[in-house]
Amino acid sequence: MKKNGAKILIETLVKQGVDTIFGYPGGSVLPLFDEIYDNSRIKFILTRHEQAAAHAADGYARATGKTGVCISTSGPGATNLVTGIATANMDSVPIVAITGQVKTFLIGNDAFQEADVTGITRPITKHNYLVKNTTELSQVVKEAFHIASTGRPGPVVIDLPVDITVEQAEVKYTKEVNIRGYKPVYSGHIGQIKKAARAISRAERPIIYAGGGIIISGASKKLYELAVKTNIPVTTTLMGLGGFPETHKLSLGMLGMHGTAYANHAVMESDLIIAVGARFDDRVTGKLSEFAPQAKNIHIDIDPSAISKNVKVDIPIVGDAGNILDELNKLVKKCSINDWLKKVEAWKKRHPLSYGDKGKLKPQYVVEEIYNVTKGEAIIATEVGQNQMWAAQFYQYTKPRTFISSGGLGTMGFGFPAAIGAQIGKPDKVVFDIAGDGSFQMNIQELATAVNSKIPVKIAILNNSYLGMVRQWQELFYHKRYSHTYLEGNINFVKIAEAYGAKGIRVDKKDQVRPALEKAVKTNGPVVLDFIIEPEENVFPMVPAGKAINRMIGGMA
Amino acid sequence: MKHIISALVENKAGVLARVSGMFSARGFNINSLAVGETDDPTISRMTIVSEGNERTLEQIIKQLHRLIDVIKVQDITNQDYISRELALIKVNVTKQSRSEIIQIVDTFEGRIIDVGPQALTVEVAGEQNKIDAVMKLLSSFGLREIVRTGRIAISRKKEVTIKNKK
Repeated sequence: MKKNGAKILIETLVKQGVDTIFGYPGGSVLPLFDEIYDNSRIKFILTRHEQAAAHAADGYARATGKTGVCISTSGPGATNLVTGIATANMDSVPIVAITGQVKTFLIGNDAFQEADVTGITRPITKHNYLVKNTTELSQVVKEAFHIASTGRPGPVVIDLPVDITVEQAEVKYTKEVNIRGYKPVYSGHIGQIKKAARAISRAERPIIYAGGGIIISGASKKLYELAVKTNIPVTTTLMGLGGFPETHKLSLGMLGMHGTAYANHAVMESDLIIAVGARFDDRVTGKLSEFAPQAKNIHIDIDPSAISKNVKVDIPIVGDAGNILDELNKLVKKCSINDWLKKVEAWKKRHPLSYGDKGKLKPQYVVEEIYNVTKGEAIIATEVGQNQMWAAQFYQYTKPRTFISSGGLGTMGFGFPAAIGAQIGKPDKVVFDIAGDGSFQMNIQELATAVNSKIPVKIAILNNSYLGMVRQWQELFYHKRYSHTYLEGNINFVKIAEAYGAKGIRVDKKDQVRPALEKAVKTNGPVVLDFIIEPEENVFPMVPAGKAINRMIGGMA
Repeated sequence: MKHIISALVENKAGVLARVSGMFSARGFNINSLAVGETDDPTISRMTIVSEGNERTLEQIIKQLHRLIDVIKVQDITNQDYISRELALIKVNVTKQSRSEIIQIVDTFEGRIIDVGPQALTVEVAGEQNKIDAVMKLLSSFGLREIVRTGRIAISRKKEVTIKNKK
């Protein structure tokens, strides 16, 4: 039976297991939206900006592990998705973005609302498609989901001219996906795994450095087994938070620019780094030439191009982290590294994460109280900057997919729409967006989405009236010349929340924090918590740009 | 050091942009790039000459592999291979210089493919240094225009055939 392209698309999405789409309508996607209108299988969340639709699909994917889907119209709709797509690309998040396109015969004519979307998104997607005829549409969608969700995941764009969605075609749903140029490797080379096991048994000062790959692979239990079996301490990247319980005695928390002093010291003095699903990013390594000078590197990653990109690797193992850790766990036993563990423990005692609790309300305290009130069970999305780092440092993550943050691209405005997506994917969880007053205002219009679609996310603004992280750099490296980082205006976020129909609570005293948070969690709807914090509080420890990661400043309060 | 990378890619729209875009986005050099269809019309062969140290080359190969439309990639520099380039050279000519130019072209097994009152067009094929040598010799007569294809290369090894890629 012949069907039009719009119907074929939606039916194929349903067959792929899609239950939610985030998006925004427009001229080139009218046929699609007409099809969505009375489809009972798909929940459509109307955001108030396309960028938020992309971030929400991303947050949904990060919280659930499923592929997120967003739709926009052609031209400006599609270009508004770009930041969200780039964000997902940097953090290896599976999303499929469907963009409307002008009619096939108009492409290249500078038609109304035309943009070269496959051209624009080529460097920020794992792959993209311009669909040229309706018969291939279903197969393209299947390929897109396959590519987005397998191997090292990432965003895939399907650019869909409006005439393709109107034309009728016979549908074949049966064809399997087989892409000759795309064959991700899942099982690790057993010889390499044996080599790694031998290196682990010989190591005197080993450390596990785990990244977002642990979470993507669903390998956190296996990582736990490796750590506990061998007694090797674990540090995670920002993306790896939740991949290993931070409450465990072997946890060193996060490493890198704003990592814990003990994680950074341990990495720098280690003789063996076991990197799993991490990519030795510059925020982690600091000055590359001085990074962990005595260490041999084992690097487990599904993306061969991640290996030896920044740091020379001695034992590369390409494959899925879970599969490889399974094999490795069979071969390892307890390491006799008591001296090393004592040393690490001493660092932990000497340099704990801390902050001075005098004066105005401290953001770190707010984050700690969010942890206490939610008993560590919430999903925490963050914006970008100081709020993100405090959220990473002072909330203890124990489960995968509970920390959602733009790590690679560092996208301000990500947290709130991502929290919306996470809440849709995990309706039973308490979802917080730990925000700054700067970042929150980059997608503040999504209050309308949260209120109207009844998405009860809690936004905790750590409000210092500054672009805090940039101000911190200006304070430390630019002689306190606060060039355009002061966000003047004394915005009344409570009134803004109320104007959208949400609840707003303003807090500027320590003893109000807990009652406000408890009230927010009990409220069945979105709540904006405006925490007026110490305006010039800094994130410490901090590794200055271009320095080795044991050259930290601050944090010894 | 210059490397010759031989890649089999999907023969469809946008693939060249994906490959060249990856090179520019990651700051890799392309000295030359030649593309042509293979015996299988759905597959094209790209011969890319690029420069860089070992680590850069390793990254280039890996990043090419990451592209979904790239089917197979090989650095054939250290294999036994044959490479060729074709050049069309338009050179100034006078009555006095005509025979000397013809002699040079003959020596390098080139051909005169077009003759005008003031210029000759020469076709030379061969390894890059041969073409460089011809150009150097002809440049003393005054070169008007040069068109070079960039290198193409083929490995002598048996397994670099299309059938193995499928």
